[in-house]
Amino acid sequence: MEKLTLVQAINLALSEEMERDPGVVVMGEDVGKDGGVFRATLGLLDRFGGERVIDTPLSETGIIGAAIGMAAYGLTPVAEIQFLGFIYSAMEQIISHAARLRTRTKGRYHCPLVIRTPYGGGIHAPEHHSESSEAYFYHTPGIKVVVPSTPSDARGLLKSAIRDPDPVLFLEPARIYRSIKEEMKGDDPIPLGEARIARSGKDITLIAWGAMVHTALKSAEAVKKEGIEAEVIDLRTLYPMDTGKILSSIEKTGRGIVVHEAPLKGGLGGEIAAIIQEKALLYLEAPVLRVAGFNTPIPLPKMEQVYLPSPEKITAAIYQTLRY
Amino acid sequence: MPKKSVGQFNIDFIQILNEAGEADPSLLPHFTEKEIRQFYESMVFARLFDEKALNLQRQGRLGTYASIRGQEAVQIGAGLALQASDWWFPAFRDIGISMMRGLPGKNLFLYWAGDERGNAIPPGQNDFPIAIPVGTHIPHAVGAAWGAKIKKDPIAVLVTFGDGATSKGDFHEGMNMAGVFSLPVVFLCQNNQWAISVPRARQTASQTLAQKAIAYGFPGIQVDGNDIFGMVQTTKEALEKARRGGGPTFIEAVTYRMSDHTTADDASRYRSPEEVKGWEGKDPILRLKIYMEKTKIWTPAFEEEVARNSMNRVLNAVTEYEAMPPVDPGEIFDYVFEKPTPDLIEQKQNLLSPPKE
Ligand SMILES: Cc1ncc(C[n+]2csc(CCOP(=O)(O)OP(=O)(O)O)c2C)c(N)n1
Ligand SMILES: [Mg+2]
Repeated sequence: MEKLTLVQAINLALSEEMERDPGVVVMGEDVGKDGGVFRATLGLLDRFGGERVIDTPLSETGIIGAAIGMAAYGLTPVAEIQFLGFIYSAMEQIISHAARLRTRTKGRYHCPLVIRTPYGGGIHAPEHHSESSEAYFYHTPGIKVVVPSTPSDARGLLKSAIRDPDPVLFLEPARIYRSIKEEMKGDDPIPLGEARIARSGKDITLIAWGAMVHTALKSAEAVKKEGIEAEVIDLRTLYPMDTGKILSSIEKTGRGIVVHEAPLKGGLGGEIAAIIQEKALLYLEAPVLRVAGFNTPIPLPKMEQVYLPSPEKITAAIYQTLRY
Repeated sequence: MPKKSVGQFNIDFIQILNEAGEADPSLLPHFTEKEIRQFYESMVFARLFDEKALNLQRQGRLGTYASIRGQEAVQIGAGLALQASDWWFPAFRDIGISMMRGLPGKNLFLYWAGDERGNAIPPGQNDFPIAIPVGTHIPHAVGAAWGAKIKKDPIAVLVTFGDGATSKGDFHEGMNMAGVFSLPVVFLCQNNQWAISVPRARQTASQTLAQKAIAYGFPGIQVDGNDIFGMVQTTKEALEKARRGGGPTFIEAVTYRMSDHTTADDASRYRSPEEVKGWEGKDPILRLKIYMEKTKIWTPAFEEEVARNSMNRVLNAVTEYEAMPPVDPGEIFDYVFEKPTPDLIEQKQNLLSPPKE
């Protein structure tokens, strides 16, 4: 099979799911004729028609709110928000409705909705196009949060997200939309909630997701020259989190670092560190460190590399942890 | 009971200068020759600046950029109608008004190059920075107008946005409040027919955008946005009305986005070359030039002078922009709060002098 980029793999998963289930509809700004500003929905309009591939008015609240109604009515909407930084006007719909429709109705209704959106920095984009605000959603009970970091995973995870009976936020790391190409490893859905060991090692555990998996892998390669074997865990699903894989890795290495683009404070790094100390304190040889964005809005492109975690920043944290 | 009509509405369309460069004498206000030359020169300057920005982007000397080509009359018209004490809340496709307000060209280049210093509005200039999240700045303009009303300042507030923005809740919530409290704000919608690939007809089923004001209890008017005379006059009247305490106005300027949405877009994917060609004939600069030729205001010498002056200003802005010293990375932390929090102090220190290995 030919090699696909992450965005092509998403396109493939969407068309496969639309083929499989006539209830799957794709909606959002510019998803039809233009095929999405990143071309994730390219060709879907021609193939499935305007009733199932819907160019909506410019209205994030409307897109998510209407998608909730469609989902409750029995469709499976896959709503695209053009960039994560533009989802905020729909937060009320997500938090107050999508995430708790099942709870509020004692199961009479549920909300099989997928929200796909590009996120993250490193693409030299204008203001508000580089956000990593996954923690807001992780913090919201009732919504699952998924972040692929490879084309195959993107395809398999998106299929599971679409088949999931509950709302899923599917975050697509824009920085690696086209930078990796790989052959698809089978066409089965990849279950949500299962992390992936992206690299095995015995000395330290690096925990990351999205584009940061690749940054962590670079750092792991860099310290290999010094004889340090870092294990890299790609969480793939943030909620529900595969704590089992995190803990078994920490039990082996005794050291851990969480890497994320989101601001340090209140980011998922704190959550993961808490889980580790609750469940594996006696295995730890050093405190769990966090390499993350600063507690500032992500700067415009000229300064974003200063803000984002880099292999060098991770490597420095690895040495700090090993020396502890 | 018999049915009766409880409301009748009408939306006017204003065009003073048509595509053939003919002005309607019954509508034409008295503009001096000097003013008309200024209209022309300002539009030419805006166009050259815009072309330069596109060029710089192609050469990798600027980031993603949103062209205003075709919208010069809306922007120069509105820019001329504003007074320095008025406030203005821009969207992201507004460099024409920005320059009329006195924002140095250098700032515009800096911003679109991803350099935060471009967002620093010079002191005394009552303008907000560009709003990238569509329509989100509309309630801010309403709030500033509210402030002016409470403080009894005789100023007006202008907010500019696109046709796409009229689909956002922010637009409707802002318009509603402005109507309820009769605030001194002018909503100027640049209906350039497209929101990226989504045509105007996909944003709303209503016949005009202007009529949306009716529902909020104040006047809406449609203007030919490629007619500089119509734009100057309509925005001027609306702003004056606001300053006098006459309440809000909604202006729909009918124009066209001649360019791709931004340099990251390819409009040929979703609209026909014929459509674009049709609008070339309605060009705002061309039509003013024809009018000026007919009325003997235009001469080749004037054209040459305008081109030379404008190009010099553009090139000076490029020189100033490229001569900027690199950004100080520590600045990232300096404007989050008035006093940096302990976290920010620590993070800044670690960045500028990382702890020794
Ligand atoms: C809230 C929000 N959603 C989506 C976007 C992405 N986006 C940027 S411009 C644009 C279209 C805007 O159309 P319009 O309001 O007509 O302004 P124009 O670009 O035509 O000037 C979109 C969808 C955004 N910037 N903000
Ligand atoms: Mg538009």
